[in-house]
Amino acid sequence: MAEGSARIMKRLVPMWIAIIAGFVMLLSAFFPITESLGETVGEIFNVVAAIAFVLGAGSLAKVNLAKISRRDQGWGYAAITLICFAITLVVGLGKIGVPQSTQFPLLGWSGEKDAEGSIFGWIYEFALVPITSTMFALLAFYVASAAFRAFRAKNLEAILLLSTAFIVLLGRTFAGVVLTGWLPDWASGLRLENLSVYIMQVFNTAGNRAIIIGIALGVTATSLRILLGVDRSWMGSGD
Amino acid sequence: MISSALILCAISSDSSGASDVGLANTSITAAGNKADLRGKIPLNELGQEISAPPAAISISAEDVAWDAGGVIKISWQPAAGTTSATKWIIERSEVLAAGQGAGQGAGQGAGQGPWTLVAEVPIAETNAVASKLPPDASFFFRVTAVSPNGSSTVTTTKSAATGHWNFFIGAKLPLFCAILLVSACVIYFILAARRGRPMKVRRIAALEAIKDAVGRATEMGRSILFVPGIQDMDNIQTVAGLTVLGNVSRTAAEYDAAIEVPTSRSLVMEAAREAVQASYLAAGRADAYNADAIRYITDEQFGFVAYVSGRMVREKPAACFYMGCFFAESLILAETGNSIGAIQIAGTAESSQLPFFVAACDYTLIGEEFMAASAYLSGEPDQIGSLKGQDVAKAIAAIIIILGVVLATGAAIAPQGAMPAALEWLKGVLGS
Repeated sequence: MAEGSARIMKRLVPMWIAIIAGFVMLLSAFFPITESLGETVGEIFNVVAAIAFVLGAGSLAKVNLAKISRRDQGWGYAAITLICFAITLVVGLGKIGVPQSTQFPLLGWSGEKDAEGSIFGWIYEFALVPITSTMFALLAFYVASAAFRAFRAKNLEAILLLSTAFIVLLGRTFAGVVLTGWLPDWASGLRLENLSVYIMQVFNTAGNRAIIIGIALGVTATSLRILLGVDRSWMGSGD
Repeated sequence: MISSALILCAISSDSSGASDVGLANTSITAAGNKADLRGKIPLNELGQEISAPPAAISISAEDVAWDAGGVIKISWQPAAGTTSATKWIIERSEVLAAGQGAGQGAGQGAGQGPWTLVAEVPIAETNAVASKLPPDASFFFRVTAVSPNGSSTVTTTKSAATGHWNFFIGAKLPLFCAILLVSACVIYFILAARRGRPMKVRRIAALEAIKDAVGRATEMGRSILFVPGIQDMDNIQTVAGLTVLGNVSRTAAEYDAAIEVPTSRSLVMEAAREAVQASYLAAGRADAYNADAIRYITDEQFGFVAYVSGRMVREKPAACFYMGCFFAESLILAETGNSIGAIQIAGTAESSQLPFFVAACDYTLIGEEFMAASAYLSGEPDQIGSLKGQDVAKAIAAIIIILGVVLATGAAIAPQGAMPAALEWLKGVLGS
C-alpha cells in the first residue's frame, strides 16, 4: 500500500504534471486563448524553483559543514564558502546599507538590494564581477591549448581543418589584407579576407544549419516522448 | 499716414542654418515693449521662411488578423511637402469605459485616456504597428510629422480601432504544421514499433563508450563526474542530460563506481537526486546511493566552473560526462578534464559549444544525437521507434531543402520562367 502511494507520488504525479504543463506551454504558443495559462505555468515554475533554492542552500551548508566537522583536506575553503554565503545572505536579505527608495520614501526596506551604495551591490561590483571576469579570462588560454591540439595535422581531415582555420584566421586580421591585397580584381575572390567570408557564409552556415535542423527535430521528438509518457527516464528508472 | 512701422533689428543664424529675424515696432518706445514684440521667423539660405511640415492627409487603424490580439496596424497618407520632416510620431489614446475618467490634454475628447507614444518612425514610412495592447481595448491613434523647425498639426483616426483576440496565430501556421508533421511521423513509428516492426538504429560511438568510461573509473578506483549543464529544468537539454544521467548512474551502481553530480540549479539537483536514486534502486544497490554526491554549488556561471574545475584537479575523476546546456564554461571544463587524463563524453545542443567539446573530449554527442541518447540507451521499441520517426522527418526536411535549392537556382538562371513564382510559393508555404 505504502509502496503504491510512493509510486504515485514519485512517478505518476510528476509525469502527469510534466505532461499537462508541456501541453499547456505548447498550445499557448499557437492559441492565444491559452496564453495566460502558459504564463501561469511559467510563474508556477519560478515559484517552485525559488522554493527549491532553499533545498540547494541546505545542501550547500550540509556538505560544507560536514567537510569542516570531519576536517577534510581543504576544510578551510569550506569555512570560507560558508562565511561568504552567510555574509551575502544577511546583507542581501537585510538590505544593509541600501538607500531608501525615492519612489516609496515612507516605506522601510523599499530600496533595491543591489542599489548603489549598498553592501550587497558593493560585493557584487567589487568582488563577484572581478572574480568571474578572471575565470572568463582564463578561457583565452584554454582556447589556445584546445586549438593547438585540434589543429595538429595528423590525418587528411585534420589537415583540411587546419588549412581552413588558417585561412579564416588570416582573413579576419590585417595580415590577410597585407598578404593577398595585391591580387588583381578579377582574382579578388582569392583574397584571404574574401575567402574567409566565403567559408563562413557558405560552408560554415550550411553545416551549422544542418546541425540546427537536426537539433530542432531532436528537441521535437524528445519533447513528444516526454509529453506522451514514453520516456520517463528523466525521473530515473523508466518503470 | 503711417504712424508706426516694423523694422528689422537683428539677424542671427543658428547651427542648423536657419536665420532668426528680430522685429521692432517704431510706435513703442519702451525697450521692454520692443522686446515683447520681437518674434522669430526661421529662414532658409535663400531668405525664404521655413515652416513646420504639413500634417498627414488621413490616418487609419485596423486590427491585424490572425494574431494573438493586442496588435493594430496604423497607416497614414502623407501630404506633399512632408519630406522636409525627419520622422513621424505615432501616439495612441485608449477609449475609456463610462466612469473611467474624462479626457486630459488638448485635442482629447471625454472618455479617452492620455495620449501615449506608440512609435517614432522615419519620414519615409507610411505605416506602423502598435503591439502589446491590452486585449479587446479600443484606441484612437494620431500621427505628427516632426522637423527641426517644428511639428505639424496632428491627424487623428476618425474612429477607434480594437485589437481583437483570435483563435489561432496565423503567422505560426507553418510552424504548427511542421510540428504536426514531425509528431505524426514520430507517433506512427512508435505505434509501428509496438506492433513489432523491427527498427534499426545506427551505432552511436559516444553512447557505446559510456560503459567503457564507467568501467575504467571502477578499475582505477576513481569517481565519475557528471555535469548536467548550467540551465534549469525548463530547458529541454537539461532534461535530456538527466535521462543520460539515469543510465550512467545505473551503470555506475552496477559497477559499484562512485558518481558525483555538481549542479548549478537547485531544481536540477532535486531532479538529479530522484534520477540517481531510482537508478540505484533499479540496480539493486539502494544502500550505495549517496544523496550528498549530488549537490548544489551556485547559480553563478563561473563560480560553478571554478568549483567543478577545482574539484577535477583535486579528485581527478576517471570519467567526465558533460550532458546538457553549456555556454562559455564548456571549454574550461573540457580542457581541465583533458589535462587530468579523464575519459570525456560530452553532449549538447548548443551548436556554438560543439567545436570546443569536439576539440577537447574523447566523444561528443552532436545535437540530435544528444537528444536521441535516452531513447538509444533505453533500447525500448517505443523509443527506438520515435528515433525512426525523427529520421523520416529529417528526410522530409532534406527534400524541402533540395526543392528550395533547385527552385532558387532555376529562378536565378531563368528569372522570367515559372521558377520564381514557384520559389515564392514555397517561401510563402514555409512562412518566410
